[in-house]
Amino acid sequence: MFKYFPHTKADVESMLKTLNISSIDELFKDVPESVIFNSDYDVPSYLSETELRNHFAELSKKNQELTLFSGLGIYDHYQPAVIDAITSRQEFMTSYTPYQPEISQGTLQYIFEYQSMIQTLTGLEVSNASMYDGATSAAEACFMACGVTRRNKMLISSTLNPNTINTIKTYLNFKGIEYDFINENQGEIDIEDLKQKLDKDIAGVIVQNPNFYGIIEDYSNFSELIKTNKSMFIISADISTLGVLKSPKEDGADIACGDCQSLGMPTAFGGPTLGYLATEKAYVRKMPGRICGYTHDLEGRRAFVLTLQAREQHIRRSKANSNICSNQSLMALYVTIYLSLMGRNGLKEVNNLSYQGAHYLYDQLIKTGKFSDPFNKPFLKEFTLLTNISKDTMQTALLENGIFGGVNLDIFGEKYEGLVNFSVTEKRTKNEIDNLVKVLEGLS
Amino acid sequence: MINYNKMIFELSNEGRVGYSLPRSSFNNYNIDDLNDNLKRKSELLLPEVSELDVLRHFTNISNKNFGVENGFYPLGSCTMKYNPKINEEMASNKAFRNLHPLQPISTVQGALEVYYNLQKYLSEISGLYEFSLNPFAGAHGELVGLMVIKAYHQDRGDFKRNKIIIPDSAHGTNPASTVVCGMEVIEIKSNDKGRVDLESLKAVLSDDIAGMMLTNPNTLGIFENDICEITKLVHDAGGLMYYDGANLNALLGKVRPGDMGFDVMHINLHKTFSTPHGGGGPGSGPVGVTEILSKYLPNPRVKKLDDYFYVENSGEALGQISAYFGNYLVALRAYTYIRTLGKENLKMVGRYATLNANYISKALKTAYDLPIPGYCMHEVVFNGLNNKDTDVKTLDIAKRLLDYGMHAPTIYFPLLFPQAIMIEPTETETKETIDEFINVMHKIAIEAKEHPEILKQAPTKTPIRRTDEVFAAKMMIFSYKDYLEYINNRG
Amino acid sequence: MSKLVEGLYYSKSHEWVKPLEDDVVLIGITDFAQSELGDVVFVDLPEVGNTISQEDEFGAVESVKAASDLIAPVTGEILEVNEELVGEPELLNKDPYENWLLKVKLENPDELGNLLNSEEYAEFIK
Repeated sequence: MFKYFPHTKADVESMLKTLNISSIDELFKDVPESVIFNSDYDVPSYLSETELRNHFAELSKKNQELTLFSGLGIYDHYQPAVIDAITSRQEFMTSYTPYQPEISQGTLQYIFEYQSMIQTLTGLEVSNASMYDGATSAAEACFMACGVTRRNKMLISSTLNPNTINTIKTYLNFKGIEYDFINENQGEIDIEDLKQKLDKDIAGVIVQNPNFYGIIEDYSNFSELIKTNKSMFIISADISTLGVLKSPKEDGADIACGDCQSLGMPTAFGGPTLGYLATEKAYVRKMPGRICGYTHDLEGRRAFVLTLQAREQHIRRSKANSNICSNQSLMALYVTIYLSLMGRNGLKEVNNLSYQGAHYLYDQLIKTGKFSDPFNKPFLKEFTLLTNISKDTMQTALLENGIFGGVNLDIFGEKYEGLVNFSVTEKRTKNEIDNLVKVLEGLS
Repeated sequence: MINYNKMIFELSNEGRVGYSLPRSSFNNYNIDDLNDNLKRKSELLLPEVSELDVLRHFTNISNKNFGVENGFYPLGSCTMKYNPKINEEMASNKAFRNLHPLQPISTVQGALEVYYNLQKYLSEISGLYEFSLNPFAGAHGELVGLMVIKAYHQDRGDFKRNKIIIPDSAHGTNPASTVVCGMEVIEIKSNDKGRVDLESLKAVLSDDIAGMMLTNPNTLGIFENDICEITKLVHDAGGLMYYDGANLNALLGKVRPGDMGFDVMHINLHKTFSTPHGGGGPGSGPVGVTEILSKYLPNPRVKKLDDYFYVENSGEALGQISAYFGNYLVALRAYTYIRTLGKENLKMVGRYATLNANYISKALKTAYDLPIPGYCMHEVVFNGLNNKDTDVKTLDIAKRLLDYGMHAPTIYFPLLFPQAIMIEPTETETKETIDEFINVMHKIAIEAKEHPEILKQAPTKTPIRRTDEVFAAKMMIFSYKDYLEYINNRG
Repeated sequence: MSKLVEGLYYSKSHEWVKPLEDDVVLIGITDFAQSELGDVVFVDLPEVGNTISQEDEFGAVESVKAASDLIAPVTGEILEVNEELVGEPELLNKDPYENWLLKVKLENPDELGNLLNSEEYAEFIK
């Protein structure tokens, strides 16, 4: 007997009798003998709950929880206790996609509220119910641009996070869409290069804000250029920063995408997070993923349903805009709860605290004389510096002090040699920052 | 509180707060110092509510949901088995939850060990060589698996192979994934037994075939008994075989996809390996391949040298399909599930799931139209009622089930049968629950004959009744802002 | 039983063509098509001045549960698009023969010969 299999011996016997067979294996008579697996899997024997906890206690010792000064898409922001309390409710956690609206209003309503929040943060008219992560939402945004414009080439900013670039490249390579990169200059996109590369084949231009280096780029002059060329302007943005920074709509974007990890989610070794995707209503039929809409039931009560499903794979099959058939629904609940708690003031305060800590750290690091700023551009919660300290020396010294920060960007390619990233959220105390500086100060 | 009908925005009161943030230590810096042209000017329409407001709001709306712990959830093709609590406890372990994906590998050995060993277990269970856990969901797994197939052919300089064969009974994601991967779909018809028609298959095999996608058991819950011949035909034509793991639960402990000749597959951890569906996600769709294809698996990859785990980015890989390691914490739950069951219990999953489905099939076929006779696997598909003289449709039956406190089965899929009802009980249900479901289904069949109006009106006992989907599609109210505009325009 | 109109030309993809004068025709979808789709919620139509080609896609009709590509029954230049349908797609359900989609100048009037007459179409949808 096993706790997840409730049948007693008598149950099985009675069911077999109903079926007029003597063993369960008879039900597999359609399976050719040659492919029946007759042995045990070579996996370990079962563990009791206590043994399992002990096993995880051992595994946990092989991980090290560190004070994080690392960002690059995954940030160590504060997570209110309320989030876990609500997201662990089985009504939310164990339910399926809300295909039966009569018994799924909980899920549908928070998706609607999530969409509303993404709508207001991006300023664009419509958000979908969410995508897998920021990188795949950027790739899907590129597909969308090609779908809307019926063109087949993307321009990708060189200041995008390389993880995003790599994911976009994979998607575009396999789909057979061309791409080129817009050069960077002093840590920002070279607008002259953009002007040169924009031609009638370009479906869209994708940029990131704040960019890979943490720099807040000014895209004020981009939208007109891109619109004149009848291309789509896509901005990938860390959603949390949109509480204070110019919205994609204010920058003239047609599509906004990015990751929502910074809104109440743990770092979780990189996932699950959530990718958001928003656009104007004119393009909604080319938008991938689920969309929730407001309606009423037959007694006139407020109701929410999945809508515009005719765009999706289960109806359109090979003609669908995307193959996605899920969303990161539970993570959208994280976002909705987080933003409900924070409101516009809380979100602004989080950004300000992160900004303050990051700028304090920046000044302290520059003062050590061991770091220099190759760019001198505005930033919010993360920034990139140049250093001569060897990466091994730095990493070892920081780890000895339980710190992870100063991420060497050369893991993303040789062009980043000598550059290190620091990220500071509202969770980092003055003590922690001073301690980080003290460790780095003593290195050479 | 089932009548609760507020949106969170409607609870808002200016000045109320639901957060507590640290006090500032650096008052000589201020975000307002940023240049105005970088700053947001437009208002944010976010609620201002108290912590208790938030808890009550979400608790109240959660009561309008139906989860696996509310009742029977026989949703075909979705494998709505019990989601064990211990999985959640392990996934909330801070030593995993608080790791940054770029941390030095010496500080994440435990996390990498879980990743590596889970992919090993999945390889063993599938009879394949290696898995990547990076794909985020089943459909994402399909896309990545197809990328592997395409990469393999192109690597051999065979650019002509650009077509994927897909049976007409397949999940809609199969053709959609194929197109997203830049390949063409060749759809083949099923035979009258609901299986792949070998002659139709032979007719499309040629040197432009990249491979074939197959779900086995197929979406009718029926095992493709010609599977060995199918894989041989496709292989002989130079194509690869893709196994859609959506229905793997039927085979757990009984058949391994690799042994049937499949080269590439994905597994839905949120189905077969008990991780929660989360109202639509996050799921996880690991992709497994044979040895010859393993070099194409996406980056980043987790490898092992002696007892040390490390992360590799290979130039031969098909590229990156995610920023990091996919939905890592979902994989960790699946790892917990496999360790909890162990080899002793894993082998029983498919057997119990299949027993339950056949028990239901036998009990219901007197009232419901069973289009394909014989044994099914883990799920059974009916084509509406046996009694075709009523006006009652599958939709009405599904809605009526909600009144009886059960989730509806999957309906109108597969497309082969116009009134399809697809029932998947899973292995975690008691005989009592299954018997109760059977009783209810018979009651509904009687109601259909005697009081069809009850079914047409159903559901009536749910938080809301049937919805106006035309209104939703036409009005396109997708946000609270749209809603306010709609209310204003209506006057 | 689907409604048919005598004197129109029909395609197997369920569009009708109504000849006006000077090789100008109206194009719409049949009663059979609208009833199969159910409540139409969206019509996607091409722009005036563009050309459509026989048997090529030129737009789409979408209902709550289905989406169907529109296939051009003839080749020619688009003279007019029925803008009314954009705001009121349900008109296609109300009267699919009155509410045309496009007005087109035929490039090759002989193409009408490839289409079905009302009896043939009635047989086709049986």
